[in-house]
Amino acid sequence: MQQLPAIPNILKLKRESSVPRRLQDTLLIALFLSPALVLFLLFVIYPIFRSLYFSMFDWNGLGPAVDFVGLKNFTDIMTDKVFLKALGNVGLIVAFSLGLQLPLALALAVMVGRDLPGRGMFRTIFFLPYVLSEVNVAIMWMLLFNPNPDRGLINAVAVALGGEPVGWLSDTDIVLWSVFIALTWKYFGFHMLLYLAGLQNIPAELEEAARIDGANSFQNFFYITLPLLGSTIRTTVYLSVLGSIQQFILVWIMTKGGPVNASETLATYMYRFGFVRFQLGYGSAVAIYMFLICLIFSLIYQRLSRQPDYLTGL
Amino acid sequence: MATAYASTASSSRQTQKIITRIIQYFILSIIVVIMFVPIVILLFGSLKTTGEMYSQPYTIPNPPHWENLWGVLSTPVFWTMLKNSVIVMLGTTAGVVFVCGLAAFVFSRLEFRGKSWLFNLFTLGLMFPINVAILPVYFVLRQLNENNVPLIDSLIGVILVQLAFQISGNILILRGFFTSIPSELQDAAYIDGCNNFDFFWRILLPLAKPALAAVAALTMIVSWNDLLVPLVVLNSDELWTLPLGTMQFQGQYATDLALVSAFVALSAIPTVIFYIFAERQIVSGLTAGAVKG
Repeated sequence: MQQLPAIPNILKLKRESSVPRRLQDTLLIALFLSPALVLFLLFVIYPIFRSLYFSMFDWNGLGPAVDFVGLKNFTDIMTDKVFLKALGNVGLIVAFSLGLQLPLALALAVMVGRDLPGRGMFRTIFFLPYVLSEVNVAIMWMLLFNPNPDRGLINAVAVALGGEPVGWLSDTDIVLWSVFIALTWKYFGFHMLLYLAGLQNIPAELEEAARIDGANSFQNFFYITLPLLGSTIRTTVYLSVLGSIQQFILVWIMTKGGPVNASETLATYMYRFGFVRFQLGYGSAVAIYMFLICLIFSLIYQRLSRQPDYLTGL
Repeated sequence: MATAYASTASSSRQTQKIITRIIQYFILSIIVVIMFVPIVILLFGSLKTTGEMYSQPYTIPNPPHWENLWGVLSTPVFWTMLKNSVIVMLGTTAGVVFVCGLAAFVFSRLEFRGKSWLFNLFTLGLMFPINVAILPVYFVLRQLNENNVPLIDSLIGVILVQLAFQISGNILILRGFFTSIPSELQDAAYIDGCNNFDFFWRILLPLAKPALAAVAALTMIVSWNDLLVPLVVLNSDELWTLPLGTMQFQGQYATDLALVSAFVALSAIPTVIFYIFAERQIVSGLTAGAVKG
């Protein structure tokens, strides 16, 4: 920094402060970003490459990975019936979530609406399970799903109504539904919360105007409310699908993916190979597949959600 | 004639409205009952003896037996887990607020080359939740361990991993909040001689307190409830957090459902109390995050 005495004061002042200020800014940016960047690169990005490397080895975690097998893990996975079962189950959970859980959340949100007396109370109650830990929720539902009608409330009700006790967690045809019930109980309140926030943004005058023009409640819902909730619905669809793909704790505690893999998900499959059987190379390949699924879904979602505004309203 | 017609129309609309309301409340009440059943059954169970839990598992505990609750509360293990959970929660939350606050300030208020590229890199993290990444993360922890950075079997390791996976979402939330603070304030501050740091420290942070509270409340819940990271990172039982302990406890005492209920009830109560007090922050953080995400 050179002083130029001939330059008038005001210009000097500007000069003096401009160079160190730019340096100062760069320093500040670097300083402020580095903690986030370091942690993010080290624990989120780098692991992906690390497991990409290990996915090409047959490795049990003891000693260094030396047994290079190329893409064998990837092809083995694709032919493993259990993996395909897990993939199918995740697909079913996604379908249930989009087809049942979100419509339920939306219906309840519309019912509570903007001005139903007691709105806040309903929201608080419906959202409560979301803040409970998945371990606790899993244990609560295991108590309810107990197959013995003398122990488990749900079967007790079923028997009292004249039905047969159901093996909620032991019947291979039913177990996925049971898991889904617990998942819905825990998570629909979250989606409802987002819908309520979305509804809040729709001006009441619009629905009022439509009503004056003679629209009934159904027309009002399908032609006014639903289109204007478009962006919120897309968000919940995204979160719901991503959440379904990674479902782990609830399933692991309630069923360990069983019986006979009937409730296996991608995450339980990966956990089993990685942390129970210690086939770390194979587990890595599963992780890479899951990354790819998440990535592809996110890209497709971004593509589709970039619709023109007039289609979505908000 | 005309007035009579109008009044019957409005009164029929009135009855229709009342009927709709009754149906609404009826359906909502059923859902409320469904929401409460699992929780109430658990609380009932925690107030029963083991024998009662088998003979009449879903009745009102009459008289209530506090033995199991006291039994859990009088074991030192429970308090150790509680302490570990609190340490991890506070560590992760402080870390998230600090790390994401700094980064979000830069992304919302300063200009530099490669900014949007870098921001997109961070949003990539939203696509890879921890449940998907847990095995890869474990590899990195092992590698760090081999290089004398002992993060496996340490609470610091749990905190750092939880923190890293909270970065993307919370930068996004805070950036949204920070951007909504009018830029005139920034101009005024610069005219008054503030540099960027002064603006951040003296003006932005005080104004962003509600946003920081929302992020903190959200992170506290996520960290407190997290099971997967402690499960993979921690080995020694004296480091177990509450969810991890709950899982092990449930496995160990699977036959003593009353005792398990008591344990679960006690580990859930802090969350529920916290939720009741911080509902506004949690809700505003979640909606902001989802809308901006």
